[in-house]
Amino acid sequence: MSEDPLLREPRSDAQAADRRARTFGRRKRGGSREELMVPRAEFRSYYGRPVLKPPVWEWKVPAYLFTGGLAAGTSLLAAGADLTGRPGLRRVGRTGSLAALLASVYLLVADLGRPARFHHMLRVAKPTSPMSVGTWILSAFGPGVAIAAAAEVLPAGLRRSLPGRLLRAAARPAGLSSAIVAPAVASYTAVLLSQTAVPAWHEAHAQLPFVFTGSAAASSGGFAMALVPVEQAGPARALAAFGAATELVAGKVLEKRLGLTAEAYTTGKAHRLRRWSERLTAAGLLGTLLGHRSRALSVAAGTALFAGSALQRFGVFEAGVESTKDPKYVVVPQRRRLEKR
Amino acid sequence: MTIENRLSGPLPDVAAEAGHTGHPPRVGFFTDTSVCIGCKACEVACKEWNNVPEDGLDLLGMSFDNTGALGANSWRHVAFIEQERPLGDQSPGLAGLPTGASAIDVTTAFVAEELREAPRGGGGLGTSPLPRAPEDLGMPSFDLPGAKTGADGRTDFRWLMASDVCKHCTHAGCLDVCPTGALFRTEFGTVVVQQDICNGCGYCVSGCPYGVIDRRPGDGRAQKCTLCYDRLHDGLEPACAKACPTDSIQFGELDELRERAARRVEDLHERGVPEARLYGHDPSDGVGGNGAFFLLLDEPEVYGLPPDPVVPTRDLPAMWKYAGMAASALLAAAVAAFGGRRR
Repeated sequence: MSEDPLLREPRSDAQAADRRARTFGRRKRGGSREELMVPRAEFRSYYGRPVLKPPVWEWKVPAYLFTGGLAAGTSLLAAGADLTGRPGLRRVGRTGSLAALLASVYLLVADLGRPARFHHMLRVAKPTSPMSVGTWILSAFGPGVAIAAAAEVLPAGLRRSLPGRLLRAAARPAGLSSAIVAPAVASYTAVLLSQTAVPAWHEAHAQLPFVFTGSAAASSGGFAMALVPVEQAGPARALAAFGAATELVAGKVLEKRLGLTAEAYTTGKAHRLRRWSERLTAAGLLGTLLGHRSRALSVAAGTALFAGSALQRFGVFEAGVESTKDPKYVVVPQRRRLEKR
Repeated sequence: MTIENRLSGPLPDVAAEAGHTGHPPRVGFFTDTSVCIGCKACEVACKEWNNVPEDGLDLLGMSFDNTGALGANSWRHVAFIEQERPLGDQSPGLAGLPTGASAIDVTTAFVAEELREAPRGGGGLGTSPLPRAPEDLGMPSFDLPGAKTGADGRTDFRWLMASDVCKHCTHAGCLDVCPTGALFRTEFGTVVVQQDICNGCGYCVSGCPYGVIDRRPGDGRAQKCTLCYDRLHDGLEPACAKACPTDSIQFGELDELRERAARRVEDLHERGVPEARLYGHDPSDGVGGNGAFFLLLDEPEVYGLPPDPVVPTRDLPAMWKYAGMAASALLAAAVAAFGGRRR
C-alpha cells in the first residue's frame, strides 16, 4: 500500500478492532480452534461497505449442488450395477438418481427470480456461461435417468406389454448414456461457482471440482450403502470411500492454498458447517472401511457420509457469501497483486 | 485480434467482436470526480428517465451518502468521503488566524485558553463553532461536531465525491455468465439486460467484479445501467450526463474521452494535485478497460471500487481443466469400484 504522508485517517476498520483484541503468539484462545492463517491485513474501504454484491441465491442453490451430485453418483452406481448383475444396487441407484434429479430441477427452477421463464435457459448454448453449459449437461443427463428409473418401477402388469418391453430394453442404454454424462454433472457445479467474482469461490477453482466430485461420490455411495444389502453394496462402499477421502483431502488443500481468502472457509458459519461435514465424513469413511459385513454399521456410515456431503456444499456456499460481505477479501488480495506488478 | 483476447485482455473493437457490423463508435462515460459537487442530479435524472423505482428512504448514518451502493434500483450512486486532508492547493484558511497553526505551541495553547474564556468562545472569528452541548449529527467524524473549541478543533478537511455507475466493461463478467442471452453487447459497445428475456437466475450478480448489477426484489429480474440505450438511438446523451451541472459526468466516444482524461490528469498534476489518477481507462487491465471510467483523487477502494478487478472468465480454461480432471477421476473411481474382485 502506498504511504501517503498527508493522509491522517485510520487505514482500516479491521485494524482498529485488532488493536484491542490482539492475539499474542500462536496461543489458542478459549476453546476456539480458529487460528489466523495470515496476519490480519490493513486496508482501506468505503466506510467498510462491501465492494461486491452478495449472491442472490438462497439455500436452494447449495441444496441443488448436493442433489445434483447425488443424482450423478447414483446413476454411475446404477449403470455399474446393471452391467455387473447387482439388481438391488441397480434399483436403488436408478430410482435414487431420478428422485435426486427431480429435486434438482425443482430447486433450480424455484430459485429463479422468474420461475415461469425457466425455459429461457434453452434459448442459447453459451460456452462462457457454466450455467448454460450445465443446462445442456443436465438436458443430456436427465432423459436417460428418467427412462432407466421408469423401467425399474414399471408395474408388473405392464412389463409384458409392448411399451413395457421396449422400455425395459431401453433401460440399459439409457442408464449408460446418463452415466457417461454423470461425471460432468458432478463437476460442472464447481465451475459454476468459480466463474464468479466471489473471492472464496473464484480463488478455489483448482480445488472445488475435487471437493464436489468427492462429495458426490461420498453421498451417493453412502445413499446406496444405507439402502442396499451389504452383499451387493461393495462397489458403493468403494465409491463412498474414494469420495470421502477425496472430499477430505481436497477440502484441506483448499484451506492451505487460499491464503487470506481461506479465512472465509475457516471462520464463522462456513467453518462450523465444514467442521461438522469433516467429522461426519471421516466417521463415515471409517464405518465404510470397517463395516462391510454389518448392515447396521453400513446404514450408519452411509447416513454420516450423506449428511457430511450435504454440509460440505452448504459450507462452501456460505464461505462464498461471507467473502462478498467483507471488503477485505476483495481489497487486500487485489492490492497485493498490484504491488507485485 | 487473437483468440485468447476473446476472454480477457485488450479488445480494440468490442462491438465487432460481438457480431455487429457497420456499428457506431464505442461510447462511454468519463466521470471526473475532481469537479463533482455531490448534488446527486445524476441519480435523480437516471431514476426519472429509466423509471427506476425508489429503493427506500434510508438514513445510513455515514457521510451524506444515503444511497449506499449501486444496485437494482440505483444505477448511479454518488459516494461521499470525508477525509482529514486538504485538496490540492486548497488551504483551510487557518494559518493567518490568531490561534492558527502558524503560532508556536506555547502561544497556541495560551490563546486557546483565552479564547475559551472569551464570549462565544472565539466563535465570532468564524474559526470554531459556538460552545454548547455537542449534538450528534450522526456524522462519521472522529469527534462530535462542536466537541472541541479553539485551536485543537481546527482540521484540514476534504470531501471526495464520485458518481459511480456500471463500467460497461470490455470483458463483462455479467455478460459472460448470463445463461439466457438476456445480457447483450449493443452496437455502441455497452452492456444491456433485455428485460423480456431475463429469468432472474442471478448469475450475473455474482459475475460482476464491481458489484454493480443486482436482482430487483419483487420483480425478480436483473437490473443495471443501460447507458440510456434508448436515448443513444435518438442521438441523445444519457440522462445522468445531461443532468450533471459541472460536467463531472462526460459522455462521448470512448477514444476521445480517454484522450480528454489523460489531458485532465496531466493538468491536475501540474496544478498541484498529485493524487489525481485514472481508474478503468487502461485496455490492458483485468477487464480489458471500462466503457465508463473515472478520475479519482484517492485509492479506488476508498470509493468502494475494487483496486484490481479481473473478469472471472479469464480463468475459465483453467477451471474447466480442473473440472475435467475431477470428472475423469470420478469416472475412473466408479469403473474401479465395479472392476474390483469384491462382490
